[in-house]
Amino acid sequence: MVDATVNTQSGPRGPKPKKALSSTNVIIYGTLFVVCMYYLLPLYVMIVTSLKGMPEVRLGNIFGPPVEVTFQPWVKAWSEACTGINCEGLSRGFWNSVWILVPSVIISIAIASVSGYALANWRFKGSEVFFTILIFGAFIPYQVMIYPIVILLRESGEGITSVLKAFNPMLEAMGFEGFKTFRLMGSVSGLVIVHTIFGMPILTLLFRNYFTSVPEELFKAARVDGAGFWGIYFRIMLPMSLPIFVVAMILQVTGIWNDFLFGVIYTKPETYPMTVQLNNIVNSVQGVKEYNVNMAATLLTGLVPLVIYFASGKLFVRGIAAGAVKG
Amino acid sequence: MAVTDTGQTEVSTKRPSRLFKNIAAKIAAIPMIFTALVVFVGCTLWTIYHSFTRSRLLPAPDKWVGLDNYERLWSENRWLISIENLAIYGLCSLVLSLTIGFVLAALLDRKIRFENTIRTIILYPFALSFVVTGLAWQWILNPELGLQNTVRNIGWESFTFDPLNNADIVIYGVLIAGIWQGSGFVMVLLLAGMRGIDEDVWKASRVEGIPAWKTYIFIVIPMMRPVFVTALVIISAGIIKVYDLVVAQTSGGPGIASEVPAKYVIEKMFQAQNLGLGFAASTMMLLSVLVVLIPWAYLEFGGKKNG
Repeated sequence: MVDATVNTQSGPRGPKPKKALSSTNVIIYGTLFVVCMYYLLPLYVMIVTSLKGMPEVRLGNIFGPPVEVTFQPWVKAWSEACTGINCEGLSRGFWNSVWILVPSVIISIAIASVSGYALANWRFKGSEVFFTILIFGAFIPYQVMIYPIVILLRESGEGITSVLKAFNPMLEAMGFEGFKTFRLMGSVSGLVIVHTIFGMPILTLLFRNYFTSVPEELFKAARVDGAGFWGIYFRIMLPMSLPIFVVAMILQVTGIWNDFLFGVIYTKPETYPMTVQLNNIVNSVQGVKEYNVNMAATLLTGLVPLVIYFASGKLFVRGIAAGAVKG
Repeated sequence: MAVTDTGQTEVSTKRPSRLFKNIAAKIAAIPMIFTALVVFVGCTLWTIYHSFTRSRLLPAPDKWVGLDNYERLWSENRWLISIENLAIYGLCSLVLSLTIGFVLAALLDRKIRFENTIRTIILYPFALSFVVTGLAWQWILNPELGLQNTVRNIGWESFTFDPLNNADIVIYGVLIAGIWQGSGFVMVLLLAGMRGIDEDVWKASRVEGIPAWKTYIFIVIPMMRPVFVTALVIISAGIIKVYDLVVAQTSGGPGIASEVPAKYVIEKMFQAQNLGLGFAASTMMLLSVLVVLIPWAYLEFGGKKNG
């Protein structure tokens, strides 16, 4: 009855006005609220734990806000936490990760964008076959390829060393210092190569799909004007595709920063990335467990991808959705 | 646009042979070809071959032992537990993440307010690494000071939930963390699929007076089959790779109760110095991926037009 009168008053035109508090809405927003709480809970627990002192942590209320806020755990996690005999804190892992991240991101994106460009605009016999192998390769468990890559890195490191050392007599005769042994296995440069290899499938797919969508007339016009492979790439494709480069960067920065497996296998303890060092700090069996320091360390490691995630918004979604689009 | 570039001469003037046609593109594609052929195909075949050899500390390509490694693998308790864990974790995480992902996507699809905020909240764990995820949940599930203790302090004295200390349910502790990390991604994937469905379908079902939940189950889900299949393949590939989550959250413990195949392989190769067994185990992992991948590739690219 009430509804009917409301309807006649507001006139027959337009959609029926919705009640803000309909039972469906209550269910939808209620469910979503609970769900959001669940997803936010671990982050909240990490933050409050990292701000408590150890006596307060031992009281055992993980959801309670800190009575006395202290930043000591963060300082300790960053500069004093121990892995084995080394007590430099997570800062070392942070800088290692940065030194791994920067070249890996640049090199993998440079190579993959050129590959994607070649696949989209300069197809040659067999190019689609290689691309198909590349995409299916993305599904091969890393464990299958890890050991042969160890050998490849070791052997090519030795190969490069012997080539370089061939110049040593000449260099020393001229008064320069000779080349030293060059290692790929157990070094940052080896890990950069590994990240470049395993970033290839998704990035190449991303760039290939993007470059394919560029109007062909543009490409043809440039060809008529006499531009070649690199000319078109640098003067037309690159300036036009900055958004996709940003998407690729988001994808690679979070992916490489979060990597654990390659870091643990292809580097040595001095160059362990942050994730590996974090795991060693928290899961070390010696000493008293300092949960507040552990949580501060965990948050510090998660900070870089989180900042990128919240800053990038929809671009992050676009990046991860790119993997779902079939090639 | 005058470009004097090395690529120009080959493409526009005489073509000496097919090999040199388009030469700049071929040179540029060398890293991709190397990755595809040498790493993906070459290294995979290398591992499969060596899984039939008695390799210990070093690969021993000349000591052929046939299926010995596989026999030993399948008689080892640690491997059997790994497989069982992977089966439980995989099945539950497939069902749960698809269900949760779909329900959340359907809720977000209802033209609600704050959609972006809610999506951002649900997806953020996906930006975090498995190590961070594992350690966060290790702390929450801490039997002495974590969730269990907190609930007991409130007054529910008999409350027991200590997966990290209990070998029977430890894998479900890992599962909770895994779902927390990955279900947002599934939601985004399915939401994108849902948004691709024609608005007319909704109009038609509204005209017919079909309630929304029925429309989702009987009309939207069947229409989204390709999206579901893609999600299934991506989740499965991720499940088989699960490694760092377990390393961080439980280190495979208590005992060997939460071991997974990916961890087994790494340990056999780099700690136990039993390469042959590691190669055999990783070949089994590859096989399980192929079981999912081949039917998918057949459906996706084989049936209809050539992909």
